[in-house]
Amino acid sequence: MPEQRADQRLFFTELLGLKVFDLKGRTLGVVKDAAIVPLLDPVRVDRYLIGSGAAWLTVRHDQVRSISLEGIHLRDEILTPYHSDEYMLRVVRDLLDQQIIDAQGRKVVRVTDVTFEVHQEDGGEVLWVLDVDIGLRAIFRRLVQGLLPASWIRRLQVGIPPHSIRWEFCNILEPDPQRRLRLNISNRLLEDMHPADLADIVEDLTPEHREAIFENIDSEVAADALSEVDPDIQASILESLETEKAAEIVEEMAPDEAADVLAELEQETSDEILEEMEHEPKQEVRELLEFEEDSAGGMMNTEYVALQETATVEDAIQALKSNEELMETLNTLFLVDSGERLTGVVPLARLFLHDGATPLRSLAVETLIDAPVTEHRDRITELFDKYNLLALPVVDEERKLSGVITADDIISVLREK
Amino acid sequence: MWKRFRYHIAIFFAVIGPGFITAMVDNDAGGILTYSQAGARWGYLPLWTLLPITVLLIVTQEMSSRMGAVTGKGLSDLIREEFGLRITFITMAVLVLANLTNMIADFSGIAGSLEIFGIPRWVSVPIGAAVVWLLVVKGTYASVEKIFLFACVVYVAYIVSAILVKPDWKQAAIYSVKPVLMLQGAYLYMLIGMVGTSIAPWMQFYLQAAVVEKGVTAKEYKESRIEVIVGCIAMSVIAFFIIVACAGTIYAVAPRDLQVPADAAAGLRPFGSYAYLLFAAGLFNASLFAACILPLSTAYSVCEGLGFESGVNRRFREAPIFYWLFTLLIVVGGAVVMFPKFPLVKMILFSQVLNGVLLPFVLIFMILLINKQKLLHEWTNSRFYNFVAWASVALMIGLTMALVALSIQDMMRT
Repeated sequence: MPEQRADQRLFFTELLGLKVFDLKGRTLGVVKDAAIVPLLDPVRVDRYLIGSGAAWLTVRHDQVRSISLEGIHLRDEILTPYHSDEYMLRVVRDLLDQQIIDAQGRKVVRVTDVTFEVHQEDGGEVLWVLDVDIGLRAIFRRLVQGLLPASWIRRLQVGIPPHSIRWEFCNILEPDPQRRLRLNISNRLLEDMHPADLADIVEDLTPEHREAIFENIDSEVAADALSEVDPDIQASILESLETEKAAEIVEEMAPDEAADVLAELEQETSDEILEEMEHEPKQEVRELLEFEEDSAGGMMNTEYVALQETATVEDAIQALKSNEELMETLNTLFLVDSGERLTGVVPLARLFLHDGATPLRSLAVETLIDAPVTEHRDRITELFDKYNLLALPVVDEERKLSGVITADDIISVLREK
Repeated sequence: MWKRFRYHIAIFFAVIGPGFITAMVDNDAGGILTYSQAGARWGYLPLWTLLPITVLLIVTQEMSSRMGAVTGKGLSDLIREEFGLRITFITMAVLVLANLTNMIADFSGIAGSLEIFGIPRWVSVPIGAAVVWLLVVKGTYASVEKIFLFACVVYVAYIVSAILVKPDWKQAAIYSVKPVLMLQGAYLYMLIGMVGTSIAPWMQFYLQAAVVEKGVTAKEYKESRIEVIVGCIAMSVIAFFIIVACAGTIYAVAPRDLQVPADAAAGLRPFGSYAYLLFAAGLFNASLFAACILPLSTAYSVCEGLGFESGVNRRFREAPIFYWLFTLLIVVGGAVVMFPKFPLVKMILFSQVLNGVLLPFVLIFMILLINKQKLLHEWTNSRFYNFVAWASVALMIGLTMALVALSIQDMMRT
């Protein structure tokens, strides 16, 4: 079906209160609200709700012959009474003056007005949602609507800079899971965001909305975002989630981050979540929880690659291939003896310059710097600064390698001061 | 058992702040001067208002913190979401106006108190304004908060002074419970001012936002309720002693209106010749404290309600309206006070009366919101609360209309 694109715009403030005319040109009522049915079409306005008195009538999008500032002309007059519908996203009730997430600008905003595009479709005209408007221009329109003629408003508003967000980047906030399904609210936009940006957004939301987001997004994304969120809010989020979901998320987190988060919770809640976790992550986190928060043990993470001191460059490459998920943050390899005791540190970059048969021992750093699990946080920061380290291996009393502290951990510590 | 007790105490101290601070800020320049004036002009008569005012204060503050804890949203957010943009805009405009007069009052307090030390206005006000602006922008407010709170200990001077005056405690006690209503313009003016200074509209916005910011949830709410009540009672106790002290010193000698802030210092005379210094220090501290909280709170409320970027951690370019708003409040507040013959006391009293006039409207919003089940779930108001709240709204509007009617009558006669 060929659709001619009209470049006409209509604002919701103009749509509201627009007269609706029947085939003979008599006024049936005025527009009280407009609704989108996301499951049918995410952009097109599906229904117009018109009223003249207490009862409202529904006008379907295909019953409209033309829409303009002058009014809405219908092409057939079979109108049904309005009944509240869980599948409808109504502009006045659900969108206007509510908070939504701007996935492109990565912040939480409040809807002041909506801009539509008028399209020709099947011999009639339909409205497609184009933008959500926030900012001064929209505020001006809202304040003045009904007080001045629409054409004046259009002219006067030109002086004020606009501020809009494209509809496809808008994420509706809805805590009720059933309604989320009915409104076809997807988390894709949120899941595509950088976890740190998602964390920022989450911090600006109410507890109810935070819970809704974490209950529904992918656990891996949730884990990444959660580790970036402010500690107080982390605790509040985990406490509000179902234990199973909380455990799923904590499992996906790096053990040291998981330990930090669980340490913030009430003992009871923390234990419940640990119980629900799978065995391996549970063990790792439990071990880390044993350490004091501001000691090396409390700061380190257990994701590192260690090889026997007799290994070669080739062995190292093989080891890295099987630990691909660590590659993003890895910059050092560790060498251990048969008793798992730390004997050397090899910067990853050195592997590039030597062939496969080179023994790793010859590539090790000349002076081995390490720290005991009990070392205090401040001393560790000093070590990083003094020796210009990127990673610091942590050893137990028997000099066995227990974990590694990386530079990004130190940055968080320094910022806290 | 002990662990649960420790948990509750820990929450209490973590949560202490919003309710307590709000109560202390109550006794700012507007507060001190309104109570002093009440005692100086009317003696023990106004004491009866303290009991109903305290009850209303507790009810209002409790509603604010309850709404904040349960909904997780600030008051202007809620007004926007439930009543729409136009109403929010009008409310914000009125709030800014009222807060501007309050800012003028606070700068009057700063100017008046430093004048007692012999520092002229044109020195104290610009420096004061600059200090407030820097404190707010550099975000060191949080640490300064503790110093201010500590300095509020000066209010104890009023308690000591009141005792030293050897007032007629029997009279004071009688008047504490005997309601006196006179249809005199000046008396009504004082009544509305007393309510307005104890329960300022801007404080409801501030308190709810502070509770949300602190992250108090519905579960922890019970502890914050206690803190709110303690704060309110503390405020009333101090108000009581200020009135008694001024009644005993100024009214007992010759009842009159206060003309300059130094007149109120006379209320501390029995405490010794250091009375002036203590008064000046207390007034200065209270005014500066309020002058820091008020513009920031106003800017946050307005930006929240209208959807503008806000936050002192943002650069000016990112949040222009936020920065302009609080800067304007500080600058205009200070500038007005610098006019040479500016009637400091009259202005301070007027700003509190304005608060009292606007209070019922903010209360109406709060009552409507707090009774919505979809917002507050099982935490909506009890019937007693609703009764107290609506009765107060009716009373305040009634008082205001009576005052207006009397004023018009006066004007027509002359």
